[in-house]
Amino acid sequence: MPSLSLNSKKFIEYQAVNDISGPLLLVEGVEDVKYAELVEIILPNGETRHGQVLQVEQDKALIQVFEGTTGIDTPKTKVRFLARGIELPLSVDMLGRVFDGLGRPIDGGPEIIAEERRDINGAPINPYSRDYPNEFIQTGISAIDGLNTLVRGQKLPIFSGSGLPHNKLAAQIARQAKVLGEQEEFAVVFGAMGITFEEAEFFINDFKKTGALERTVLFLNLADDPAIERIATPRVVLTTAEYLAFAKHYHVLVILTDMTNYCEALREISAARKEVPGRRGYPGYLYTDLATIYERAGRIKGKKGSITLIPILTMPEDDKTHPIPDLTGYITEGQIILSRGLHRKKIYPPIDVLPSLSRLKDKGIGEGKTREDHSDVFNQLFAAYARGKEAQELAVILGEAALSEMDKLYYKFADIFEERYVGQGEYEDRSIFQTLDLGWELLSMFPRSELKRIRDEYLDKYLPRFQKEES
Amino acid sequence: MEVGRIVKVAGPLVVAEGMSGAKMYDVALVSEKKLLGEIIELKGDLASIQVYEETAGVGPGEPVFPTGAPLSVELGPGLIRSIYDGVERPLDVIASIAGEFITRGIHVPALDRKKKWHFKPTKKKGDRIESGDVIGEVQETELVIHKIMVPPGIRGELLEIKEGEYTVEEPVAVVKTPEGERKEIIMMQKWPVRKPRPYREKVLPVELMVTGQRVIDTFFPVTKGGTACVPGPFGSGKTVIQHQLAKWSDADIVVYIGCGERGNEMTDVLIEFPELKDPRSGLPLMERTVLIANTSNMPVAAREASVYTGITIAEYFRDMGYSVALMADSTSRWAEAMREISGRLEEMPGEEGYPAYLAARVATFYERAGRVKCLGSPEREGALTVIGAVSPPGGDLSDPVVQATLRVVKVFWSLEDKLAYRRHFPAINWLTSYSLYRDISKEWLEKNVAPDFFDLTNEAMRILEKEAELEEIVRLVGVENLSQEDQLLLEIARSIREDFLHQNAFHEVDTYSSLKKQYLMLQTILFFYKKLKELVSRGQTVAELKKLPTWERIARMKYSTEDKIEEVVKSIREEIENAVSVS
Repeated sequence: MPSLSLNSKKFIEYQAVNDISGPLLLVEGVEDVKYAELVEIILPNGETRHGQVLQVEQDKALIQVFEGTTGIDTPKTKVRFLARGIELPLSVDMLGRVFDGLGRPIDGGPEIIAEERRDINGAPINPYSRDYPNEFIQTGISAIDGLNTLVRGQKLPIFSGSGLPHNKLAAQIARQAKVLGEQEEFAVVFGAMGITFEEAEFFINDFKKTGALERTVLFLNLADDPAIERIATPRVVLTTAEYLAFAKHYHVLVILTDMTNYCEALREISAARKEVPGRRGYPGYLYTDLATIYERAGRIKGKKGSITLIPILTMPEDDKTHPIPDLTGYITEGQIILSRGLHRKKIYPPIDVLPSLSRLKDKGIGEGKTREDHSDVFNQLFAAYARGKEAQELAVILGEAALSEMDKLYYKFADIFEERYVGQGEYEDRSIFQTLDLGWELLSMFPRSELKRIRDEYLDKYLPRFQKEES
Repeated sequence: MEVGRIVKVAGPLVVAEGMSGAKMYDVALVSEKKLLGEIIELKGDLASIQVYEETAGVGPGEPVFPTGAPLSVELGPGLIRSIYDGVERPLDVIASIAGEFITRGIHVPALDRKKKWHFKPTKKKGDRIESGDVIGEVQETELVIHKIMVPPGIRGELLEIKEGEYTVEEPVAVVKTPEGERKEIIMMQKWPVRKPRPYREKVLPVELMVTGQRVIDTFFPVTKGGTACVPGPFGSGKTVIQHQLAKWSDADIVVYIGCGERGNEMTDVLIEFPELKDPRSGLPLMERTVLIANTSNMPVAAREASVYTGITIAEYFRDMGYSVALMADSTSRWAEAMREISGRLEEMPGEEGYPAYLAARVATFYERAGRVKCLGSPEREGALTVIGAVSPPGGDLSDPVVQATLRVVKVFWSLEDKLAYRRHFPAINWLTSYSLYRDISKEWLEKNVAPDFFDLTNEAMRILEKEAELEEIVRLVGVENLSQEDQLLLEIARSIREDFLHQNAFHEVDTYSSLKKQYLMLQTILFFYKKLKELVSRGQTVAELKKLPTWERIARMKYSTEDKIEEVVKSIREEIENAVSVS
């Protein structure tokens, strides 16, 4: 693995592997080993693997092996401590290239000539140095732009389930994302953890077809790659993103899929270390661990670039209270939830707008950013849809006839809203103004007195335009 | 003191040998990098140290330097407007030394050593002084007069005290102790964070803390010196409520602890607070705020310390006789940090892997709140209100942290994601929340706002409770089958919910309601209800009454500014009277 190792001749080799359990090695009789140090493991057949020190006690070091422990034996395997953390060679030439989960090229191209090397664990951004994310990113998807607005430097996960089109949605966002009225350097860093070959091909082909590949760096850890390698993948991805954003001034969109696989790898290590498990067997430090990944998104004062992060995770059994989506939701600034119900109704993208949320939207919308009426229209659409869904639930029990006239109207609105506002084509790129106008058009089916959440001035200004069309 | 030697490193936990003589909770500096840590377990000459910085690159054989002193914070002029990490290192100074990313082994004092403050004595030469006496003042910010107090343990006769410009380390006064010693008093004090600061006696809180949030002030009030908790699943608006309280509550000092939460939220506070104006003084809110930011990606052990750092600073201002509000967002992250450290110590876990001492630690923390008679002269009372957010997994209130918290706090604001999905904010459920300060608030509201305010709140709550009952029936038989009276009640309940309880934190006017405005709004809605009931009894149907334009005017009341609200309410009342007399 040339991309990760330097000249490693000068380091002492130990031939003292004592225990192997799961992805972990216990080496004894070592000296001067540091916590979190990078390790090279030389197998009897000459193969080199990499690992990291998880714990060191007296002369014993516990090592997690990224490529798995298959083929490692206790008597002959040699271990070499490299006196540094895992470092990644970085260069803008990485754009347009495909790497494995540890950052080694797998597209047949040449090695990256490093302009800089960085420890993949990074360091926490000083909260004082952060700049607040408040620039609107247009994804061209109404359910996101209008209702769950994404802003630069935000971390907004997609909570999905198996069989739902989260990959299509992620590809569409990567393809269409832009900032209004600006031409700036934009890059996508894509990290796949444990996804299948077919899913990976989908992304590569989609990026190739639409020309997005040349501004994209892909890191692929596929389902048949060692699970333990996944521990490093998101960190490799974000180190690349930090380099592009804060050293090279790119606006970087990072997509990580699928975080569920990452968390399972973490659980595997925790179990092998016989740690006290937290909920559902996941380690008690899952929150902290996820935070060290997600919190690397953001903007920094005085730097032109930014990192916007969209992690994708599949909720086991669509359960939002499962530890992975739950802890993710506590760290990220909102979530976009895909719904199986909408998917069954053939609505794409099946974004369930009621439980979805973008916490930063209030800073990214309004006059000068999108349009003055955005916030009010958003609130009104949301409230109306929520009431419509309630009416639909009620109608299931009582029959539609039992609804009041107004509730019937809301009932109808909810259906139209799902079909026309949430639903759109996979290659349909709506501008924010189209999205806002569409909102007004749908709301114009209500009498003005129902539109309580919109300020009078906006009602006066916008509503007549759309009411005329109807009459 | 002896230098120890590291034998084990596992994440934030370091074990060192040769540490005999060290005391529990003493600070130790780990390795040549001098990483800050705290001793949390002693076994023979082995000490377990939780390290407040990343330990990568540290290994066995490296030295550990015990300092012989417990983890302490520096207290004195310069605290206000600061942003600290969990162990009181100023993040702005760190940024100027290390750049945008926090690197390790940076030691910077919490208070600026070079800045000169203008000290004005309030005592004179020859006065006898005791611990806690205020001997002078410093105008720290436009809003805050920082009182310089005699540190604990010092008493005697003032030999010297002089007005002038001083740094926090220069003596402002000299005391002759009863033993005849000369002692110098400087403006800065140090205090160990895990030890509550002393006071003369605790008294019951009697004053309401006005937050400007209608659902809180009207229905579930908190007192100055009280405790409250806000549990809720993610997305239910815990942080927005905490921010709203930090912005608008009528405390003199606000300490905001971002404990293991998002970095961008702290940035939000940092950017927004200097721009926001205090509704009473018109000065920027930052002028009374101290921020502690230990975001989720910063070292976990420092997160554990951050709540103690924050509350010690808060107690210090309380001792000056101020009313202090402390917000901790989120105490769950603090508990998780405890759990993580406990796991690494291989302690026997209690519920959900949390240490068995979780409940005790939570209780001790909240017990540091309260209204107290301060030590020393002049006689003064200070109050420390503690409001903790709790983030239970999946919003499940049976979570051990929630349960441990509910056992000690007096106010429970139950956030519900169902309300949040309906964008009913603040998403405080009016049926399950409670405040044990209602009795205090009754007296206070009657005296300070209006004699009938408290009765109105009771009436409104009755309507909401009745609504919940009726909704059950509606689910079975439909709205049409309810009596006209009940249908009217449902409409009024909706109005109370949407037009009164619902409050938009991001609307420039709606974000804050004075108690007077709250009273007028509620009074108007209930007056309308009374009159409509008369009309219904005279045979009008609810469907007809729904056509009255008054509904919409009531819905817009909340957007009326404080200076217009009386006028608006008056005209609505007239309109209602007219409607009644016409029909």
